[in-house]
Amino acid sequence: MRAGVSFGGLLAVVLVIAGVAGSFAYLDMPLGALFSGAAAGEIVDFVGRFFPPELAPDFLAKVGWAALETLAISLVSTVLAAVAGAVLALPAAGRHGVAGRVAARFVLNLLRSVPELVWATLMVLAAGLGPFAGTLALALHTTGVLGRLFAEALENTPPAPAEALAGTGAPSLAAFLYGTFPLVAAQWLAYALYRWEMNIRMAAILGFVGAGGLGALLYFSLSLFHEAEASTVILAMLAMAVAVDGVSAWLRRASV
Amino acid sequence: MGFSLEGVGLTHANGFRALRGIDLRIAPGERVALIGASGAGKTTLLRVLAASLRPGEGRVTLLDGEPWACAPAALRRLRARIGLVHQSPPIPPRQRVVTAVLAGRLGQWPLWKCLASLVLPVDPDGARAALARLDLAERLYERCDRLSGGQLQRVALARVLYQQPDLLLADEPVSAMDPALSELTISLLNEEATRRGVTLVASLHAVDLALRHFPRVVGVKEGAILFDLPAAQVSDALLRELYAAEGGLPLTGGLRAPEPAETAGELPPLRCA
Amino acid sequence: MSTAVRDPAALPRLGWTLAALVLLWPLLRLTDFHPVALFEAGNLTAMGNFLAGFLPPETSPDFLSLLGKATVETLAMATAGIALSILLAVPLGLVLTRSLSIARLGPGRRGWIGQSLRAVARALLAVLRGVPELVWALLFVRVFGLGAAAGVLALGITYGGMLGKVYGEILESTDARPARALLEAGSGRLAALCYGLLPNAASELVSYTVYRWECAVRASVVMGFVGAGGLGQLMDQSMKMLNGGEAASILVTFLVLVVAADGLSELLRRRLA
Repeated sequence: MRAGVSFGGLLAVVLVIAGVAGSFAYLDMPLGALFSGAAAGEIVDFVGRFFPPELAPDFLAKVGWAALETLAISLVSTVLAAVAGAVLALPAAGRHGVAGRVAARFVLNLLRSVPELVWATLMVLAAGLGPFAGTLALALHTTGVLGRLFAEALENTPPAPAEALAGTGAPSLAAFLYGTFPLVAAQWLAYALYRWEMNIRMAAILGFVGAGGLGALLYFSLSLFHEAEASTVILAMLAMAVAVDGVSAWLRRASV
Repeated sequence: MGFSLEGVGLTHANGFRALRGIDLRIAPGERVALIGASGAGKTTLLRVLAASLRPGEGRVTLLDGEPWACAPAALRRLRARIGLVHQSPPIPPRQRVVTAVLAGRLGQWPLWKCLASLVLPVDPDGARAALARLDLAERLYERCDRLSGGQLQRVALARVLYQQPDLLLADEPVSAMDPALSELTISLLNEEATRRGVTLVASLHAVDLALRHFPRVVGVKEGAILFDLPAAQVSDALLRELYAAEGGLPLTGGLRAPEPAETAGELPPLRCA
Repeated sequence: MSTAVRDPAALPRLGWTLAALVLLWPLLRLTDFHPVALFEAGNLTAMGNFLAGFLPPETSPDFLSLLGKATVETLAMATAGIALSILLAVPLGLVLTRSLSIARLGPGRRGWIGQSLRAVARALLAVLRGVPELVWALLFVRVFGLGAAAGVLALGITYGGMLGKVYGEILESTDARPARALLEAGSGRLAALCYGLLPNAASELVSYTVYRWECAVRASVVMGFVGAGGLGQLMDQSMKMLNGGEAASILVTFLVLVVAADGLSELLRRRLA
């Protein structure tokens, strides 16, 4: 588009194409079979078994209970992570010296790099099957994410208000809460709400590894070939995600 | 309860030499104005007096204590007795006026009281009284981002009034106010200092305000004290020298060409833009 | 000052605090919140034995070659998944872009066709990305059997939904005037896209795609938990057999992979910015 494509750009395009082609070749995807008539018939048959969704009252009650559990897991874990993330963000933003900064960043990166589901398998070992393991798993991963985002917000905050308060002898916690926190509060809240939206989706599938919520129900339904029940659970997941998105957007607007 | 600076010099981290050989002794209850061109070192001097900047050389004695010889706890107690009004009010925009004013006493309150006041202001009457003196009482529960620049500056003043410090410092406290309000505000600061018998040091851009309201005027130029005189003895010639050659010819030492500055012979404007 | 106004925020704050406390209890009950369980003797020994097994990590050649294969499979899954999702996202994203609507130019006769098409595309994208990728993977495993194919398709569908929405948003927010001018001059939609919108939007589009690839690497790491191949499957097996040494090696591989994808994506995006 501009005056000639650079060599680097051309190389990048070639590398990307080679990477994609190599990936498909390595995975040996049965692409032909996927789009053949037989496969299509099979898929239509499979999809058909999901309709109509199971609407028996006692199953609906079960789904409702699991949905509540999922909501609780997502909320409690996000709150825990916001608190822990805030505590770790202070050293990670360099407020307690270089050593504290390096140590806090390392912890945050470790927490963040291990996926939620892997944390969940570990937490199931540590705390037993159930929603508590799921809550801990989500809280651990989210602490890593929020801690890093919180620390970035802190680093971009003007230090003058807190310094002025420290200049009148305010204790450092008070100077932070009166001088810095009001500056970052809205941003932190937006980050926490955004993670809540992610966590409601994650909480819904943690049940796959035995960590409570809707996922366990889905896993059982599919294992027992009760596709109609599975379809109800998936609809419930969708509804929860949409509802949480709505509440989160409303809270974000209200907090400005 | 006054303070003294002996041979104080300070070089900023970026290598800029902000203060050199400052000797200044101010008695308890004195009221002093600092004047000088922008960048002359007034703000740095005030921050040294507020015990928030540690000078590289010289000796600082504040309120009969040596801030840089004290233990951290003692330094905190000393700072709680010093109030500094900053040039641009360091107040978070989303904070409410009442909280911003009450923050003046964070250094004096126990921690639990600081925390409780965040949830529910512990002394709204005290904050309102301080604001009332600046004609802002009705804004008590508003958020600071709803205020104009001049109003915000008055909130910062109310914070220091509420703090009731023994050493009252102000860095261009009226830079965002109109002339009439500036006049009132400077009177108020002087009245407060006289009534409580505390020391007041204010840097001012408007020389006429300084000369009319303060018994003693200190002229600061290029990080050093050019003159330190009773207001009545500050002559036009001295003022011309104080404000001359700002960023002008690369002259050194005492030799100075006559500077046809645009404000020569005139006082700088009452209000800084 | 006689009219002491009550703090207008006091009641709402009290209400919100009470509401939060009232909500907290059932939430904690629902999540079965009992931190003590972490320190129960049974759980402690189970976890302790497992963690003790972490050292030394498994490094036998057989296992390492298995690990290497799974790692390559994970990366390939992410890359193929993203390629598939782009195939899905581009047409849907373009349908969403109103700047490319010819009907909006002139007196709208057939505008309703475009509008309903956009509504359908938007709903389709919402469903595609509304169902988590692991649920899609779980479903596809039922149809196509265990293996990476299910993971690729799941990634393609979920990320297709996300990319399609964001592509549409990026194209919508770029300056529409060049494209409009081209359309008014009678050019086709594709030409208007290539010469009117892409020059301004290209770097943002590519940058977001690279970011999504990074996310896809993370996601494909766990696909194996539902039987869709890659590192996750290996992890699942090791965890089920409580083989700490293998789990440690896999975890380290996870970390390296995620950090490397993170770094590569950041590097690429910085180059593009």
